[in-house]
Amino acid sequence: MPSITRAEAAHLARLSRLALSDDELDHLAGQLDVIINAVARVSEVADADVPPTSHSLPLTNVFRPDALRPCLTPEEALAGAPASEEQRFRVPRILDEE
Amino acid sequence: MTDLIRLSAAQLAAAIASGEASAVEVAQAHLDRIAAVDGKVHAFLHVDTDGALAAARAVDEKRARGEALGPLAGVPLALKDVLTQKNVPTTCGSRILEGWRPPYDSTVVQKLRAADVVILGKTNMDEFAMGSSTENSAYGATRNPWDLERIPGGSSGGSSAAVSSYQAPLAIGTDTGGSIRQPAAVTGIVGVKPTYGAVSRYGLVAFSSSLDQAGPLTRNIVDAALLHAAIAGHDPLDSTSIDAPVPDVVSAARAADVKGLRVGVVRELNGEGYDAGVRQRFSEAVALLTSLGAEVGEVSCPHFDYAMPAYYLIAPSEASSNLARFDAMRYGLRVGDDGTHSAEEVMALTRAAGFGPEVKRRIMIGTYALSSGYYDAYYGSAQKVRTLISRDFATAFEKFDVLVSPATPTTAFRIGERTDDPLKMYLADLDTIPSNLAGNAAMSLPIGLSPDDGLPVGLQIMAPALADDRLYRVGAAVEAALHDRWGHVLIEEAPAL
Repeated sequence: MPSITRAEAAHLARLSRLALSDDELDHLAGQLDVIINAVARVSEVADADVPPTSHSLPLTNVFRPDALRPCLTPEEALAGAPASEEQRFRVPRILDEE
Repeated sequence: MTDLIRLSAAQLAAAIASGEASAVEVAQAHLDRIAAVDGKVHAFLHVDTDGALAAARAVDEKRARGEALGPLAGVPLALKDVLTQKNVPTTCGSRILEGWRPPYDSTVVQKLRAADVVILGKTNMDEFAMGSSTENSAYGATRNPWDLERIPGGSSGGSSAAVSSYQAPLAIGTDTGGSIRQPAAVTGIVGVKPTYGAVSRYGLVAFSSSLDQAGPLTRNIVDAALLHAAIAGHDPLDSTSIDAPVPDVVSAARAADVKGLRVGVVRELNGEGYDAGVRQRFSEAVALLTSLGAEVGEVSCPHFDYAMPAYYLIAPSEASSNLARFDAMRYGLRVGDDGTHSAEEVMALTRAAGFGPEVKRRIMIGTYALSSGYYDAYYGSAQKVRTLISRDFATAFEKFDVLVSPATPTTAFRIGERTDDPLKMYLADLDTIPSNLAGNAAMSLPIGLSPDDGLPVGLQIMAPALADDRLYRVGAAVEAALHDRWGHVLIEEAPAL
């Protein structure tokens, strides 16, 4: 089983959108490696003929009637926003300047 | 009425209904208790004094108008801070949600309101319900009322500590891998994880959606049944809510009879790694069940040995996806929005600042387990183990009506003892995880103090999905027999705060 290197931990942090400090990465990389090695033994019993279970209940898609129903006002929806403007969520720039 | 805080929920409701005490007096007695002892225990993150007194006044007015009151009307409750309550701070024990006031009620809260339950406030928890000790809260640890240097369990440790220190007769917790049953066990109270899908998850901030389930923490079985009945039921707002009648848990709790019931002792959930004192009290509880007329036998569930590793792949995988919603855009913390950082950088800075170490660990483990190249070996294999564990339960429930085990391998450990050893911390949920993976119902109830350290030991009872009533039937029989033996319930032996 591959163990988690510090470089892999840094890659995982990027994928996870976590801007971790070098100290945090050093500490976490070691812990992640220990945890992954401890849980890897699930593959010992996961034979090809065992179907996977994603959920303990049989799930079926649930639709609601396409009818009007009460919902949040714009003020309520925006009340927890870090920043808002003209009844919209104000966000930092998304595109890089070209 | 002398000491309102010592009464059970059922007794309080009766006193309020008869006019012996007003709901406002009952609420005030509990608010006074919180003011007196929560500085030591730290069970609550937020006490909603005005909201609680207003709800209590409404109950008294309802009674004055001659309207019928429900079985929990006017009874105070402590709510785990992972469930939304409109306009009341909801943090999930995380800095990333500090100051957030949700614009809506969770279904659990709506049902509590409909039952005229008085919500006292929000209880401390491991951040996003990830932990077994409540030490992972961003707002400081909660302490075990039996020994303030020890953990109250987790992640619902604020709820277990509130109930065991008489700050509330009822609490709501949530259980993803044992987060109701383990805190109940180590604080000497009753905790129930209902069948998955029995209680709506609408407004329950998701950790691991296929495992999360809300349920009661109380000081006795009948109170747990009353609360279970109040919060369970089909909800169209939760696509995984079961559309089936709620088992009659209240009648089962009052029946308290195990004659002829087949009880299976799970071989894999005992032995090495278990405290001698836990094993001793568990053996005595099994002997007690036999003496009460149950047919007790041993049963093997061989794949339970793989439940912990499977859980620590499945839950982090789901968490890494669920917690992607904390993106600093629509609510919660935002860090680094100074015009020099892109939206993506603001997200990463915010999440690094707003999440604690355990949440970061789990997001990264989940991201790893779901990444291409590793998916089959980790997440895929864990899902197969989930199938094998469900099959073990199905086979066991062909021969037995309920299964039993210790609720935890050890009694409450010391604060700080396991914080930097995640794997050791994860062992606290060894007994409870299988029922989350299979979705069946399970309970922990107090069966005595360990002779090793004088701390509470819990018995876990497991029943098939939608047979939650069996937990209450068995639990109430054990509780009644122990009550007869001791002359009181276990929690009365807890030291005064």
